[in-house]
Amino acid sequence: MKHILTLSVSALAVAVGFSTVDVPKAAAADQLTVVSWGGAYQESQRKAYYEPYMKEKGAKIVEEEYDGELGKLKAMKEAGNVTWDVMDVDSAHALAGCDEGLLEKLDYSKIDAKDKFLPGTALDCAVGTIAYSTIFAYNADVLKDNPPTKLADLFDTKKYPGKRALLKKPFGNLEWALIADGVPAEKVYEVLSTPEGVDQAFKKLDTIKKDIVWWEAGAQPPELLANGEVVMTSAWNGRIGNAIKEGKNFKIVWDYQEFDWDFWVIPAGTKKIDAAYDFIKFASDPKNMSQQSKYIAYAPTHKDAIALVDPKIAPTLPTFPDNMKTAIATDLVFWADNNEELTKRFNAWLAQ
Amino acid sequence: MAVAETAPFLTIDGVPLKVRLARAERSRKLKAVGLVLPLFLFVVITFLFPLLVMTFKSIKNEETYGRLDHTHEALADWDGKALPDEAAFAALAADLKAAQERREVGEIAKRVNYEFAGAMSKFKGITRKIEAASGGPYKDLFLATDKIWSDAALWRIIKSASGRYTPYYWLAAVDLEEGPEGLQRVPANQAVFTDVYARTFWIAGLVTVYTLLLGFPVAYLLATQPPQRANILMIFVMLPFWTSLLVRTTAWFVLLRSEGPLNDLLQLLINNRFDMIFTRFGTILAMTHIQLPFTLLPIYSVMKTIPASHVRAARSLGAGPFHAFWKVYFPQTVPGIAAGCLLTFILCLGYYITPALVGGPKDQMVSYYVSYYMNNIINFGQAGALGGILLIITMVLYWAYNRLVGIDKMKLG
Repeated sequence: MKHILTLSVSALAVAVGFSTVDVPKAAAADQLTVVSWGGAYQESQRKAYYEPYMKEKGAKIVEEEYDGELGKLKAMKEAGNVTWDVMDVDSAHALAGCDEGLLEKLDYSKIDAKDKFLPGTALDCAVGTIAYSTIFAYNADVLKDNPPTKLADLFDTKKYPGKRALLKKPFGNLEWALIADGVPAEKVYEVLSTPEGVDQAFKKLDTIKKDIVWWEAGAQPPELLANGEVVMTSAWNGRIGNAIKEGKNFKIVWDYQEFDWDFWVIPAGTKKIDAAYDFIKFASDPKNMSQQSKYIAYAPTHKDAIALVDPKIAPTLPTFPDNMKTAIATDLVFWADNNEELTKRFNAWLAQ
Repeated sequence: MAVAETAPFLTIDGVPLKVRLARAERSRKLKAVGLVLPLFLFVVITFLFPLLVMTFKSIKNEETYGRLDHTHEALADWDGKALPDEAAFAALAADLKAAQERREVGEIAKRVNYEFAGAMSKFKGITRKIEAASGGPYKDLFLATDKIWSDAALWRIIKSASGRYTPYYWLAAVDLEEGPEGLQRVPANQAVFTDVYARTFWIAGLVTVYTLLLGFPVAYLLATQPPQRANILMIFVMLPFWTSLLVRTTAWFVLLRSEGPLNDLLQLLINNRFDMIFTRFGTILAMTHIQLPFTLLPIYSVMKTIPASHVRAARSLGAGPFHAFWKVYFPQTVPGIAAGCLLTFILCLGYYITPALVGGPKDQMVSYYVSYYMNNIINFGQAGALGGILLIITMVLYWAYNRLVGIDKMKLG
């Protein structure tokens, strides 16, 4: 009996504890919860947007981190208590979240004219904030002589023995596998739409499978490179850019970089929609937006912001012409259709 | 008995004894219920309720039921083989048009896309066409827009997905699907989950065996040492037990790295490095370390209750040391072994963070996929079905265990 008593008292204490933790979050009206991808990227947003915004408007921004799990948002929406007010999402989630009614349809009169943004970045539910790309990078201290220069080198374990890290999703990897296998970049999605094409991509990945370490969070690739776990890794270019700024001798290979966008969105059901618009308007202002490139090597999406970026930084951005020569744009419609099935196949393949 | 009926026993204040007893019993029960109630409510709210919600999600067509009613009706008498008639196409067009106004086409498309890859964009495409068109006939419009609409398999899925309940998630969780001829295995390159379940039980079983092999001698040592020394040794067992699971897992992550201290040491000693991080070896090693106290402590507390005189008696009656241990001591520890192993095994089935951090892709267990479907794919139904099957298998094992060993024979101390 004594045990049950202690247990129930502590259970009650935990239950009470939970509810008291949540109350201040929901009650504070002047605070805005902004969710982003953590690490160096969130750091750049903190310096470029959160801190100036708080200083200028006197509002308080509470930061949260995630790895793209929209499931949490769906659970909050179903529970009728959405505590996220603004989110940074990738393009696949911007489209899917809009279709599934998880995101507010944006009223651009509260932000800026739609045509002020680069083509493809002013969506119904999402307004672009950065252009980023998936590249691969290596540690120049390790690969000193004859460093890799092209995508095929990522798949060449004879010339470059050792582990390489890739994102633990089919997204992006299947495209690279096909290109490394000789498929022309403009035909990639055509080939990938056929069962034989998918087989071909997995077959190519098979050739390096035992040498792959899989990463899931954007902060992992620079760590894996730095601690010598891998000789090369795929990564989001800004994460590597920041590690270089911190003194790491990493090099980026731009060959067939996979070009994509990140967006600001407002979760449907937030109680602070006006404040959310106010923040997005602030973050989409060309002057503010041009600041972010200082802190991480991602390019702005507002047309007027591009000219304001420091020309010294430009060569490190994915949009720099030299870096764009062989760039491929990810086909979001293809992935919306096939992500579920290819992910399952990918998981089955991983487990083989 | 007849006496009791005519003249009941009375207590001193004239109330029948029976009534007084019943009252006392009732107030005792109320007190007991009052004490247990907070925990009971806590379990209901935080465990049973979410469990039921997730289970319902895994059998319901939440995304589609009620949103494709016209189509469901129009397809009611359809044989599932030939292409449906104009009425079905018109009904789907009407349903999609209505759904578009409520921003629900995305959810419908996503649900159908689970079973028919590629349907996602086609649903959105046809919805735009329907909105632009002035009216029927719709069959030609659908077929002209994309050839996918002439596939009877797609219509079978639309029909089954528009009903209230679906077996899809549970079937998918065991790598089955509904084909035109009834149940069939999903294609080999899509079959993940049966392997994952087998792997989950295999890892849990291995870890249980290792913790027993390592824990039993230590428990014996602890139970037979003089108290002062046993207490000091006990601290070595308890310290890791009190340390957070995440901290211990991260420590293993650092230790096992290919450039980590363990490999540096091996390099120094035998001039070789091994792959230990992101492997099955690393997963089992870390899990065994974390689970060791859970197996050890119940065995230890049972051993504490075994009088030393039993073995001495056996020895004085002529049994050899091994015989005395095996025939007299060991059988008395079985309830503790049973308790410790069951605890470890069941805890291992739900492991998530340790395989995720130190394991490779081949070492991920069921809970990894539950989280994956919840967070990344946002397919709550699949997550619910995967968790549900794990729960059922665990309960069946528990039941079998109870039949074989008897849960009342289990002792935690």
